[in-house]
Amino acid sequence: MVPKADFQSYYGRPIVRPPVWTHDIAIYLFTGGLAAGSALIAAGGQASKDPVLRVAGRGTALAALGASAFFLIKDLGRPDRFHHMLRVAKPTSPMSMGTWLLSFFGGAAGVAAAAEVAPFLPERGLLGVARKVLPPVGAAAGYGAAALAPGLATYTAVLFADTAVPSWNAAYPDLPFMFAGSALASGAGVGLIAAPGRPMRRMAVAGAAIELAAGHRVEHGHGLLSEPYRNGRPGKLLKAARVLTAVGAVGAVVGRRSRVVSALAGVSLLAGSVLTRFGVFEGGVESAKDPRYTVIPQREGLNKAGGRKVSGPSPS
Amino acid sequence: MESNSLYGPLDPAPEAGYTDAPPRMGFFTDTSVCIGCKACEVACKTWNAVPDDGFDLLGHSYDNTGGLTANSWRHVAFIEQPRSSSGASTDTPGAFAGLPVGPSSVPATNVIAAQTSADTGTSPGILPAVDALSAAATAGSEFLGAAPSGGCGSGGCGSSSGGSSSGGGAQMLGMPMTDLPGRVNEAPRSDFRWLMMSNVCKHCTHAGCLDVCPTGALFRTEFGTVVVQDDICNGCGYCISGCPYGVIDRRDDDGRAWKCTLCYDRIGDGLMPACATACPTESIQFGELDELRERAARRVETLQAQGVAEARLYGNDPSDGVGGDGAFFLLLDEPEVYGLPPDPHVPTRDVVSMWKKAGLAALTMAATAVVAFAGRRK
Repeated sequence: MVPKADFQSYYGRPIVRPPVWTHDIAIYLFTGGLAAGSALIAAGGQASKDPVLRVAGRGTALAALGASAFFLIKDLGRPDRFHHMLRVAKPTSPMSMGTWLLSFFGGAAGVAAAAEVAPFLPERGLLGVARKVLPPVGAAAGYGAAALAPGLATYTAVLFADTAVPSWNAAYPDLPFMFAGSALASGAGVGLIAAPGRPMRRMAVAGAAIELAAGHRVEHGHGLLSEPYRNGRPGKLLKAARVLTAVGAVGAVVGRRSRVVSALAGVSLLAGSVLTRFGVFEGGVESAKDPRYTVIPQREGLNKAGGRKVSGPSPS
Repeated sequence: MESNSLYGPLDPAPEAGYTDAPPRMGFFTDTSVCIGCKACEVACKTWNAVPDDGFDLLGHSYDNTGGLTANSWRHVAFIEQPRSSSGASTDTPGAFAGLPVGPSSVPATNVIAAQTSADTGTSPGILPAVDALSAAATAGSEFLGAAPSGGCGSGGCGSSSGGSSSGGGAQMLGMPMTDLPGRVNEAPRSDFRWLMMSNVCKHCTHAGCLDVCPTGALFRTEFGTVVVQDDICNGCGYCISGCPYGVIDRRDDDGRAWKCTLCYDRIGDGLMPACATACPTESIQFGELDELRERAARRVETLQAQGVAEARLYGNDPSDGVGGDGAFFLLLDEPEVYGLPPDPHVPTRDVVSMWKKAGLAALTMAATAVVAFAGRRK
């Protein structure tokens, strides 16, 4: 008997529909993670009385959040209906949860960033009141943003995992850690550029380690469904991301006496984080385009279950 | 959250909050009687005012629609098989009794067929090809595979000249004729069978699209079906990735998601959906899901009793990965041959574990940041 073709399909056409999302969403993943990481370093700067870190963190968090909202809305089929997202709150829809997270985080990060203008306000009048009120309010908002930040950085992993896109769905236990590590690394990247110091070096190394470890599991731990993350363009992107992240972490430690090397390490971490998100995004898209990634794992599951879930006897 | 609200058998309309919901309605699409006329596609477009999908010739079969899209809510799949590529014996007598089956009447075709497919030698009554090529070259004018119970398909038996089977594969007719299939000895032969299936949205018990929709545009109707509200949808595209069947799609020029509504506007008025109304062979059957499931089980039994061993139901089982489909099918080959996933599950099946993992990752992230800033500052 001729060995059976390893899978069958309908003229090789995809079964699940490849995402209609564009690279805007990959950028959104990065900017969302960056906003989260920056909010954390801003809160760290607040707590450790490091004004440079605080200002850099708050500024980056707000800017990255603005970019996030821009790319998220731009990718909608009907951008003018963005506010329809706020009609419901659905735990089964990570996008709904994420929109609410993003909204609350945005409010907190916005107030925290606005507080930075307090010293430039006049001392008298209404603005004078703002000058007095803003710093404590900003401090509270800064901690609030930091409290929401880990959620903002990791919900996007659920956003991808809760789909029929085979390689995203399969990687659901590891994606949140990969994205959390990537967000920490990108936040540390900003910190290493603005105010390098021991906390930023620690955060860079820890973030990179989490990202690389979880990334390794994404790329190798899911059998056939890890393949799209290793082959073709996604494979190249993720490989480059690994190198940049590792170089950034090493640079952060080795270059601790040099402002320039620290900043370069920060840039490397940021670039690694960007490429990680693009690689994961494109890996998933590739897995949806090729029916093999839908058919073979489901077939194997059926065979392992000792039979067919579709009723009727197996063909002789 | 009630048990089974994310996964497992469930009656979706009461779960969605309807009190005194009418019976769940659905489609049973029996592909064994589909003739591929595409009346369903046309009727659907006409009733629902669905725009055209472009006039492309795809070049792989009589299917030029390609698949379900935002602008094709019914899709007739055409599968042309040299033989059942799943290994299922298409030379099973019964449903094909009396039809000319066996090798092609064109020797050259048989040679090619022998080179491209090998006999399994396992089918009853069909000897394994010893020398496929030489057998193939002489085969061709006989009708094998007439019904075993003396049911020589009319016309076919007389011309049997005893060539051995080259491929063991049975053939359906190729081109249309004026005579009934198999009534003429000179019936044109071909070496493949056609499978035709009118695909449609499955209206899953646990619908991935509905679960992930962030605007509430997708909703569960009182009939247990799943419908998009076009005045709410903002085109986020999440439902498209949430569907394990690749059904729902975003319309390019309009930016919103569209799919079959199971003619919500018609069934609310006691009418049949447009496609089922137009179907000339009752391949598409509309009705109460419970009744359809019984009817389908009987149909499979009948077909298998007639020897169509490969007949099987798809999407009828409430314990499958999507809690059973509101629109299910009788297929004559593996689901993936028709472009259907063999064992789909709703992505939200695992959403609780997904949130738990994300929560753990978030805690890890927060702890890392705290530790990074803890202790003596340099």
